[in-house]
Amino acid sequence: MKVSLFITCLSDAMYPRVGEAMVRLLAKCGVRLDFPTVQTCCGQPAFNSGYWKEARESAKTILDAFEDSDFVISPSGSCTGMIHHYPKLFENDPVMLARANKLQQKSYEFTQFLVQVLGVKDVGAVYPHKVTYHPSCHGSRLLGIKEEPLELMRHVKGMELVPLPFAEDCCGFGGTFAVKMADISGAMVTEKADHVLETEAEVLVGLDLACLMNIAGNLRYRNEPVKVMHLAELLYEGVKQA
Amino acid sequence: MSAPTGTKVPPTVKGRADLALNDEFLRKAVKFTTERLRNGKHAATAEHGNWEEWRERGRQIRLHTIAHLDYYLNLFADNARANGVHVHFASTAAEAVKVSLAIAKQVKAKSVVKSKSMVTEELHLNHALEGLGIEAIETDLGEYIIQLAGETPSHIIIPAIHKNRFQIAELLSKEAGETLEADTTILAGFVRKKLREKFLEADIGMTGCNFAIAETGSMVLFENEGNARMVTTVPKTQITLMGMERIIPSWSDLEVMATLLPRSATGQKLTMYMSGITGPRRDVDADGPDEMHIIIVDNGRSNQLGDPEFQELLNCIRCGACLNACPVYRHIGGHAYGGTYSGPIGAVLTPALQKNVGDWDDIANASSLCGACYEACPVKIPLHEMLIYLRRRKQEGGHRDLAEAGGMKGFSAIMGNSGRFKGVVKLGKLGQRLVSRNGEIRLKLGPLKGWNSYRVTPSLPKQSFRDKWGTLEEELRHGLNELSPDARSRMEQLVRSREQDGGGHGHG
Repeated sequence: MKVSLFITCLSDAMYPRVGEAMVRLLAKCGVRLDFPTVQTCCGQPAFNSGYWKEARESAKTILDAFEDSDFVISPSGSCTGMIHHYPKLFENDPVMLARANKLQQKSYEFTQFLVQVLGVKDVGAVYPHKVTYHPSCHGSRLLGIKEEPLELMRHVKGMELVPLPFAEDCCGFGGTFAVKMADISGAMVTEKADHVLETEAEVLVGLDLACLMNIAGNLRYRNEPVKVMHLAELLYEGVKQA
Repeated sequence: MSAPTGTKVPPTVKGRADLALNDEFLRKAVKFTTERLRNGKHAATAEHGNWEEWRERGRQIRLHTIAHLDYYLNLFADNARANGVHVHFASTAAEAVKVSLAIAKQVKAKSVVKSKSMVTEELHLNHALEGLGIEAIETDLGEYIIQLAGETPSHIIIPAIHKNRFQIAELLSKEAGETLEADTTILAGFVRKKLREKFLEADIGMTGCNFAIAETGSMVLFENEGNARMVTTVPKTQITLMGMERIIPSWSDLEVMATLLPRSATGQKLTMYMSGITGPRRDVDADGPDEMHIIIVDNGRSNQLGDPEFQELLNCIRCGACLNACPVYRHIGGHAYGGTYSGPIGAVLTPALQKNVGDWDDIANASSLCGACYEACPVKIPLHEMLIYLRRRKQEGGHRDLAEAGGMKGFSAIMGNSGRFKGVVKLGKLGQRLVSRNGEIRLKLGPLKGWNSYRVTPSLPKQSFRDKWGTLEEELRHGLNELSPDARSRMEQLVRSREQDGGGHGHG
């Protein structure tokens, strides 16, 4: 069975350590990931801005990359969510539409795959720190990934998980929104970081790197020492410490 | 427009949002009330227990009604006429205004009392009535405050949401000619007394309509202050203005809507008053108008019929839940949206009601596409997707931002080919040497200006994931654990069931 890694362009270029943690954790669970290098970006920036022709160019690399895969796993609910938009993106092209439907069926966000498919709730991690969790919008709302990450975190030994106030509010990233409507986005991320600080957690964890880059960027801007991590990183850290 | 008369309103969403972002009073007031409403909704839906099922039921009722809107509209109009109501159809705002003014002239009206109606806001009807020297008084407390301030509603159900009680006390004190304490009971008491006189004097009562029941030709109003009941019982003539999509087939459908609307709007199980009105006063009735008119307004709504991407907009029941859930609305309030309807529903509805969506301002971009609106919507309108369709139609219609269009061309050239993508990341690593310090970029220039005004950008690491992959793969070739038999059989089962499905929609 072929299980492939959809790394996402952001993790590939900016946060390779997240991809690495994911690959190592899955190896521990007995899954050997394959990494087709023709993949680039899911196309979401162009799709969300209304440039669908351009989005299709990018999406084709993803469809090509995972043609033969049985499962496609990514460290992002948002990019996996974008794959769920492919049938709409290719609705007028029957050949591509069939490929898009197939890809959608086999695509999973990382925690979704761990918990729903592998049935893993306890990766054997120990992480004696105070942690808070930001549920990213696309993963939690559009893919319905709410319980999976909590389940995984509840099984981390020694970790204190503190609830984030207004957790379900968007961090203000929104792709090009953060550039086009910079001041609205800035107000949103500032409020999100305020809430993170209220928890007095040492670590903020999440499932989407774009959101984490956004919140971490604001915390750094304010010289706040809160550590920001993807859940795959935290779990892998915890496995190493165990 | 929104700001007090005489103040210049910026022409773009961005400009209007800036005004709001710099108004601490407004932001505090909006946060306070939207939080109260959304917590109320959470509690009420949790207590209800089967919310998701009812939500789906509500959606189905709305989908069905809109799919057969011609049939139900005719049924409604026939039944209302049989009840003695004068039914008018208006295809544009101007026509609806003309019909309203004609009725006002005919009954020689000097004053009109209104209960809150977003449709009349859409038509700017008060302004037209005043043009004929007819006094139009808003009798919903929030709407009355807005009218005194010379503003428009900044929320679908809480029109004065952007004002705190001190600002309201100041406004009402001016009206009272004495200083009123900023105490809710005192302020409401003053308005109640004032409005009582107006109700008794008025020649026409004017209302909106929450639902129009096709099977009996009745109209239903939900309210908390009792003012709509006064408006519909005291004056001799009643005019109801309704959007053509307000229809539901039957009273049993109303049960579903009456469950969804108040809970979604304010977290109430039911509003303080719910009135069902079937025609003018009959001989056996103690009160009610002698003459009743219903004006059914199109004003761009029928543009959505048959449009697969926007028809569901007509399912909206105007509860305002999407505004309360929206993190953008939370920070900028309603006036920044620049139209009668604000928040996520306004961002889509306002351009959609115009024929050419492309001509509308940048409003569809004032969203992070987080989907909170969709999650909050009692009839599941996919507003977050409609915002993307709007953006697409705008650029396909030739209303492109040139810099963005160029950027997207570059994006597709780079992302359409992994070799080029790799090359660009490499170039970025070289380029960032000029601006990166200690693994961070703080430069506030060019495209980074807005982003870096609130954040620090991390630098690209030395090696990308694809650079590392070879070594990583080699290393893991050896240390691999065994996949559990459970997981293996689940995976095999999933692959098999997909083949049987033949590529339908996916999980999740």
